[in-house]
Amino acid sequence: MKIIKKAANLLLRLALALIIAGIILFVSGYSPLKAYKAMIWGAIGNWNGIALSLVQATPLIFTGLAVAFANNCGVFNIGAEGQLYLGAMAAGVIGAYLPPLPHYLHLLLALLGGALFGGLWAAIAAWLKVKANANEVIMTIMLNSIGILFCSYLANYTFKASGPVAQTPEIKSTAVLSRLSTGTQLSSAIFLGLALIVLVWFVLYRTKFGYEIRIVGANPRAAATAGINVAQKITAALFISGTLAGLGGAGQVLGLHGRFIDGFSPGYGFDGIAVAILGGNSPIGVLFSALLFGLMRAGGMVLDRTTNIPVDFVLIIQAVIIVMVAAPELFKALKGGVKDVRTVVKQ
Amino acid sequence: MEALEALRMNKIVKSFGSLKALDQVDLTVAKGEIHCLLGENGAGKTTLMKILYGIHQQDEGEIYLNAKKVKISSPKEAITQGISMVFQHFMLIPNLSVMENIILGQEETKMGILADKESRNKVANLSEKLGLKVRLDMLVEDIPVGEKQRVEIIKALYRGAEIIILDEPTAVLTPQEVSELFKVLKTLKEDGKTIIIITHKLKETLAVADKVTVLRNGKNQGSITTDKATPEILAQMMVGRNVMLEVVKGKVEKGPVIFETKGLNLKDKLKNINLKIHAGEIVGIAGVEGNGQTELLETLIGLCSPTSGSIIFDQKDITKDSVEERLDQGLGFIPEDRNDRGLVNNFKLWQNAILGYQKRYEKKGLLDFAAITKASETIVKNYQVKVLGIDSKSSSLSGGNAQKLLVGRVFYHNPRVLIIAHPTRGVDVGAIEYLHKEILSMRSQGKAILLVSADLDEIRQLSDRIAVIYEGAITIEGDGGDFTEDELGLYMAGGLRPESKVVKA
Repeated sequence: MKIIKKAANLLLRLALALIIAGIILFVSGYSPLKAYKAMIWGAIGNWNGIALSLVQATPLIFTGLAVAFANNCGVFNIGAEGQLYLGAMAAGVIGAYLPPLPHYLHLLLALLGGALFGGLWAAIAAWLKVKANANEVIMTIMLNSIGILFCSYLANYTFKASGPVAQTPEIKSTAVLSRLSTGTQLSSAIFLGLALIVLVWFVLYRTKFGYEIRIVGANPRAAATAGINVAQKITAALFISGTLAGLGGAGQVLGLHGRFIDGFSPGYGFDGIAVAILGGNSPIGVLFSALLFGLMRAGGMVLDRTTNIPVDFVLIIQAVIIVMVAAPELFKALKGGVKDVRTVVKQ
Repeated sequence: MEALEALRMNKIVKSFGSLKALDQVDLTVAKGEIHCLLGENGAGKTTLMKILYGIHQQDEGEIYLNAKKVKISSPKEAITQGISMVFQHFMLIPNLSVMENIILGQEETKMGILADKESRNKVANLSEKLGLKVRLDMLVEDIPVGEKQRVEIIKALYRGAEIIILDEPTAVLTPQEVSELFKVLKTLKEDGKTIIIITHKLKETLAVADKVTVLRNGKNQGSITTDKATPEILAQMMVGRNVMLEVVKGKVEKGPVIFETKGLNLKDKLKNINLKIHAGEIVGIAGVEGNGQTELLETLIGLCSPTSGSIIFDQKDITKDSVEERLDQGLGFIPEDRNDRGLVNNFKLWQNAILGYQKRYEKKGLLDFAAITKASETIVKNYQVKVLGIDSKSSSLSGGNAQKLLVGRVFYHNPRVLIIAHPTRGVDVGAIEYLHKEILSMRSQGKAILLVSADLDEIRQLSDRIAVIYEGAITIEGDGGDFTEDELGLYMAGGLRPESKVVKA
């Protein structure tokens, strides 16, 4: 009953968003119906559309999962974007520069490298929070800029492939995450994402570690009273959150682009926040909301390609949908997040 | 005094969502009467009074003031009708003076300029006539709780209140302040004011009221004049069955000292705390809230480390041990505020039933659900937690049941030392009886128990030894029978110094 009510509520908000965006389109002299038809057809109308939607959803599964994991421990990780970049760079460098290795070993090392660097990048924020009482929201935001620009530097100078583009050399075939079908960009990174959904669910709900993480997230003072080391759990949660985002970046490099390209992410890390919150911070919820966001991105891309509606409208439609769908939850979560930060800091 | 009717509330019904908070409640209060509205938490007392004060509106029913039907839709209207309410948490502005607080919103002006003198005389008259001692020029943040309450009462009178509602007025007072308050209330009564007191304390009801109306589960259980009432009768009306008000404390042979603090200091919050607790002994810490109890509890459990001094558990120094290590060694802790440090409210009952002991339900990193289910069900059964099932959220538990869960969780996991804070705060009479019995049964099992409570009756009934904490120091310690209630009250208020009474070892 609750789920049906929630779903109905979501659909209602989605419809409202489409109406508002439709009015904006109409007032500007474009046909909303034509636009929506193009979007929906583009996202789910044929196998190519579905594949495009899944390609767009893939990195969001990782970043959504990353933000959700930290949220379960009461820490707001806004830095998934930076962690995604670090992970992508690490995977790109390992994939391109390591001497010849057996296929799966090389792939595994590249993925592990991506996870590790994403995790360590997030752990810096955790370390500052625990040691210096720094606010993790501000820390992770700042680390975003540093991380993204650092990767840009590496792609422009240290690891630059020859040619005019700021990118690293192509990864070796032994580090490639294989494509699922020819003619689409869909790679097996999506299976890695699905496996992580299951794994994170298992860790959060079936292990003592996950139990303690969630207790810290729900009531840090009760957690401390129950002998749980709150600082340690927060550090662990942020590290794990970073590894998930880092794996997302690695997946893009190893499965889609074949190399690190400067500016490859159109904000997957930031969308991950909306994905996590819309998914109620549960792994299953993240899966569904990442798919929804993937559909929207794919629909927007097709709209841009097939109609004369300016590309800015795609962004407007997406923004209205995100605001209408995610905003009520977003505000709630932000309020809760701020409160949690204060109580944790007090400890 | 002829019973002129000051107030009649007739068949009041009020629902919040699906919850019926008040069901056809009648209340009649005579003019110049002190009337107690008695009931357990959640019985609907405060809701009924908030309707009278205009904060809530009734769904059905009428209100008559001086036999005239009235409609009160806001506190402002209530005040113009001569009704004032003094809340449990005072509504004073701390950084304004007493005088400014009293006249706030009702300032006398002369051509737009504050007529300070007039207001001042008016307030001074009120305060003198009724024996309400307040210092008008002190800042509210600098005066003690009892005085703040008097300021609230003067504020009500200044606004022309004829009916004054007091919500749990004694909750924050020492026994001395309580008797002072009661004197004031009796003066007001002689002055013709009508007073309604919301309370769940039987003794005080009998001490001050003329008449009592008892509510239970939003229903009126009848009214009774205090000359015909006894604590037993009132308790039965409140709970709906016979209640043992005084627990029977058996004799327990004291064992060796198991838990000890030596010269514990915490900044300026705790001063040289020396406590010894034997096996099979309950040591009660009496004190007005905010005198270092919280800091003492947090230091003992390991949430903060003392500036100096040591904590000895079973001859082992545990001062440097973490909370986890202390729990592992058999320290059981029931925190002051169950919603703050005790339970995780939007989590399921079983998740709360193992909190602090999750290590014992771990198998290779995984939670052992079979063991957890068994333990949770045993706790629910043995400690009479009324709940639909162990998958229910613990936020669905009533105060008493939540406390039973908390107590059950700690007692079930076999501690050797128990640190128990306010075990019956916000808990109904029936559950209090039960919780006291359980604590005493822990005592007979030879546990060493430290009991911190602001409830003097609880301390006196349960403790073998009593120590009084005042401004972070233990000012006196002695056997439970050594103190009268009045003496304890004086110590709690810092009135008597330790040298005035020989401290027994």
